[in-house]
Amino acid sequence: MTLKIGVPSKGRLMDKTFAWFGARGLTMRQSGSEREYSGSIGGLDGAELVLLSASEIPRELSAGRIHLGVTGSDLVRDRLADWDMQVAELARMGFGQADLIIAVPAAWIDVDTLDDLDAVAAAFRAVHGHRLRIATKYHRLVRDFLAGQGVADYQLVDSLGATEGTVKNLTAEAIADITSTGETLRANHLKTLSDGLVHRSEATLYAARAADWTPAARAALTDLARRTGLALPALP
Amino acid sequence: MPDRLPDRATIRAEADRLYAALTETGAQPVEAEILLPAGALLDLYGEDIRARAYVTQDPIRGEMMLRPDFTVPVVQMHMAHGAEPARYCYRGEVFRKQDHIGARASEYLQVGYEVFAREDPATADAEAFALFHRLLAPLNLRPATGDMGILLAAVGGLNTTGRRKAALLRHVWRPARFRALLDRFAGRTALPPARLRLLDRLRSASPEALMQAAGPFIGLRTPEEVAARARSLIEDSAAPPVSHREAALLDDLLAVSGAAPEALARLQDIAASLPSIAPAVGRFSDRLSALAALGIDTAALPFQASHGRSTLEYYDGFVFSFHADRPGWPPVASGGRYDALTAVLGQGRSIPAVGGVIRPGLVAALRAAP
Repeated sequence: MTLKIGVPSKGRLMDKTFAWFGARGLTMRQSGSEREYSGSIGGLDGAELVLLSASEIPRELSAGRIHLGVTGSDLVRDRLADWDMQVAELARMGFGQADLIIAVPAAWIDVDTLDDLDAVAAAFRAVHGHRLRIATKYHRLVRDFLAGQGVADYQLVDSLGATEGTVKNLTAEAIADITSTGETLRANHLKTLSDGLVHRSEATLYAARAADWTPAARAALTDLARRTGLALPALP
Repeated sequence: MPDRLPDRATIRAEADRLYAALTETGAQPVEAEILLPAGALLDLYGEDIRARAYVTQDPIRGEMMLRPDFTVPVVQMHMAHGAEPARYCYRGEVFRKQDHIGARASEYLQVGYEVFAREDPATADAEAFALFHRLLAPLNLRPATGDMGILLAAVGGLNTTGRRKAALLRHVWRPARFRALLDRFAGRTALPPARLRLLDRLRSASPEALMQAAGPFIGLRTPEEVAARARSLIEDSAAPPVSHREAALLDDLLAVSGAAPEALARLQDIAASLPSIAPAVGRFSDRLSALAALGIDTAALPFQASHGRSTLEYYDGFVFSFHADRPGWPPVASGGRYDALTAVLGQGRSIPAVGGVIRPGLVAALRAAP
């Protein structure tokens, strides 16, 4: 059984993943045409590339269908319950940085912190008859964060795209979304809460605890760890 | 949780046995639907159950959820067409998503009992507790009791602004946040720098002018709401702090823990300085008498003033639970008084109510391996 490594199948994440491994003497190559979602790793025997959408990689790691995977730490921590029981973090890779933040309308001049958001949520519920809605696709991360900070009387509403537009469209009062520069937030008349940083995400190499760690897969991982200077994780 | 619960048939038989014992007391058996309308109901639950309810979409009925608890549908049913006083019992599955691997069951049986009675709440409290105590007696469980009413009365009686009291009452269920707010209102911790900066900015111009400068106004929350809160923040910054004496009394109250008679004596002491809790402490005293009259050994009954603060947010009086000596287990049974919930669901009408649930799965596990 070969060591299966899941990497993002397109765009900058794929390019930077290839570059990260390349800089460590491991040349990743897509096999055949650009449309074929598999590949190989030059210089590493018994390993195979599986090209996947970055958003599918947490699920594949969880199921153990790939041994290693590269994806954003935001996706792993949001999609996987008890993420650190399911995967081991091998390396933060230094690219794909983005912050998951909570933002409210810039015109809310009375709101600067989570404490304000909580007070506004209580008043909002009394006036409008429903809880203050926060649009996001990161339910677990945002819920755990707000619970830890003692914010109540909000509800999360699912938003799969154009989250920044939900407030203007009256389908949410606030948002929790990924931002790298804050440009889109400003264009949509939103501002970040000063203590509203939920998670600082980064492309990360993970190992799946549930994968079939055959002697061959283990040997390939040991080889990879030696060449990249990574510490070997404890695996079952 | 137990590594392995008994099989479903054994648990079902245990539920039947407990349910039969409840019906023998004369309680009226009731059923609740498994698929409940989500919107209004979810809003009544605290954050904990809300985040854990299985919500689904029905093409005709809209957003629905799998029953996460019986109390709310039973209260709804009673408020719609129940006679008074009433005693109900029920059994069935509840469903709660679990967000941790291998931890607790996401589907399990509950057997429950609820009393709706206008007269003599102390006796109704005692009746519910004594009934559970009797049914669970062979299992040697550890009871725990408390009274949310005392803490709620203490906060309601603080000598401070209505807004601050409302903020504290809202967060009674989140002890860390409650503590942070109380310390701030009492001046025991400084205002956070972010709040000081915000106040400076709000004092620099009218809310309207500041909003104007901040750009286009978007969203459902109106400029009037923003302006009103901006003004109230400035107003609040001028309000005198909660006195150190009152804050210390609240600390003392929250720390009360011990055998019921000693806890009662301690609370009576505190009530001498904090008269707002006197009626609630009186109810605690009446309840102990009612419990003793039903044969409960109140001298050894544990009482904790903060018990129930991290459970269901609708309890507002007596709270109780029964615990097995097994690490990681949830309570085998729990319950409490929820007078305010009946007012919320009664559209203008309300009735004092108390009740609780037993988990037959845990009872069966204990009986199989004592």
